[in-house]
Amino acid sequence: MTILVAERVSRNFGGIRAIDDLSFALNQGEIVALIGPNGAGKTTLVNLLTGVLRPSSGHIRFEGADVTAQRPFEAARRGLARTFQIVQPFPRMSVLENVAAAALFGGKQESVAAAMGVAREQLEFTGLTAFADRPASALTLAGRKRLELAKSMATSPKVLMLDEVNAGLNSGEIDGALALIHQIADRGVTILVIEHLMKVVLSLAQRVLVLHHGQLIAEGPAQQVVRDPRVVEAYLGEKFAKRFGVEAAQGEVAHG
Amino acid sequence: MDRRLQYILFAVWVLALASTPFWASNYIVRLAVVVAMYSALTLSWNFIGGFAGYPSFSTAAFFGLGCYAGALAQRAGIPMVLAWGVATLATGAFAAALGAIILRLRGHYFAIGSIAVVEVVRLVISSWGSLTGGGDGLNLPLLSGGPNAVARIFLIVMVTLMIVTFLITVYVDRSRLGFGLRCIQQNEDAANMAGVNITLYKVIAYTLSALFCGTVGAAYASWTGYIDPTDSFSIIMTVKVPVMCLLGGPGTVLGPVIGTAAFTLLEEVFWANFLDYNRAILGAVIVILIFFLPGGLLAISYRGLGARLFGRRKAAA
Repeated sequence: MTILVAERVSRNFGGIRAIDDLSFALNQGEIVALIGPNGAGKTTLVNLLTGVLRPSSGHIRFEGADVTAQRPFEAARRGLARTFQIVQPFPRMSVLENVAAAALFGGKQESVAAAMGVAREQLEFTGLTAFADRPASALTLAGRKRLELAKSMATSPKVLMLDEVNAGLNSGEIDGALALIHQIADRGVTILVIEHLMKVVLSLAQRVLVLHHGQLIAEGPAQQVVRDPRVVEAYLGEKFAKRFGVEAAQGEVAHG
Repeated sequence: MDRRLQYILFAVWVLALASTPFWASNYIVRLAVVVAMYSALTLSWNFIGGFAGYPSFSTAAFFGLGCYAGALAQRAGIPMVLAWGVATLATGAFAAALGAIILRLRGHYFAIGSIAVVEVVRLVISSWGSLTGGGDGLNLPLLSGGPNAVARIFLIVMVTLMIVTFLITVYVDRSRLGFGLRCIQQNEDAANMAGVNITLYKVIAYTLSALFCGTVGAAYASWTGYIDPTDSFSIIMTVKVPVMCLLGGPGTVLGPVIGTAAFTLLEEVFWANFLDYNRAILGAVIVILIFFLPGGLLAISYRGLGARLFGRRKAAA
């Protein structure tokens, strides 16, 4: 069953077509990776899906309803949560209050007290309990990425979009983050991960979408997509892709 | 500072102001009226400037509109207190409509836009002579009983308005509205993403910041018995009110009240001692205070300060 659908979505910035006639669907409960070179339009796509930007043409449907014209706070209340590539905390609030704000407004909790309760649960889940009363600005980068996760989880999301939650983390921190994402998926949340790190993509995603110049150039299981010549070319350029292709072929002959 | 302590200090301050007729000179009573009046204005500004962090300079526009709405209502035969109610609603409606437009601006642009509002409203009022009397101003019926008795009546009125704005501040501070406004103040985009209806919340905060400026303006008009555009839309007021709030502690419950009291005290001291240069000295003091006390007087750690003084004395001994 599809939960989030983009139908022929385009978005122009002046003369630049950042997203070009793009269609795809996310199924309930799956983990999908969105990859693509820098400037491919990945963050623009997330912005379109969460109401930060409005498509120049096309439609976005969430649980069957047309949400093309939604505003960001409406997306959050509907259950379309996201984390930011560049973390966006409320710097002078405590870590607990940061998460409580998301629970109160996005998670539609009845009262500030109820929101604080939900926030404590999410801090426990993301391992931030020890930092609950510290200001958000005192957290390390890994901590702030976790805070972003806790905030988006506090809105009780149905679809969670993770915009490079692992960028800038060391490998130990990445393993921790991966374990968290798996646990979130186990709760039935549909996840769209935007990632550069192939380790993450390969270990998480059941399906990969490859974006290049605002268009989907490949779609399918991770192992298959990384061998797709168009994908290799998009990342490495035509010249290197050819050489890589030859070497790969030779390698296979040698191994065979 | 602990919130309960802030409430207690406020109650003490209300008693001190309200009891001035029993123990102080008429000059002090008048000063108490002005302090209560400015406290209500500063508490109002705190909703948009303190909680939401939008540097509004519209206070004089709302105050002036209140003056004129109240005066015109009274001249149309509406009883005084009802006329104040009319002024309150008119000013609130004006702010709600205006807020939906100028709250699209952020930061410095919003500040400039909000100053422009004061000038535009002043120009409209002074040009619309047939209704407002233009530059000649408007007379209002004077209350009987002599100036000192009238000052006592308006002391009660202004202290009441101060209490009402304070109670609303306490409510906002604890409610989801206050929480949402603080989120907007810290990071508006993140607030939007977290699910805060930012446009609605900002318009509510801007309207709250206007509502009681309207009442205070109308009451002020009734008190003085005469209003004109220069006096009602003074740029000094529009600057003074945010400075008072910043001095005390923006976004806190008691900060605006403390800031108003401290500012008025400074003003009186410099006025009395340096007749020629008082504004210049006051300006310098404001710059120094805001530079060294960005969080206002409430943000000082008094316990730490005491410990440091005490520690030093110990070391000296």
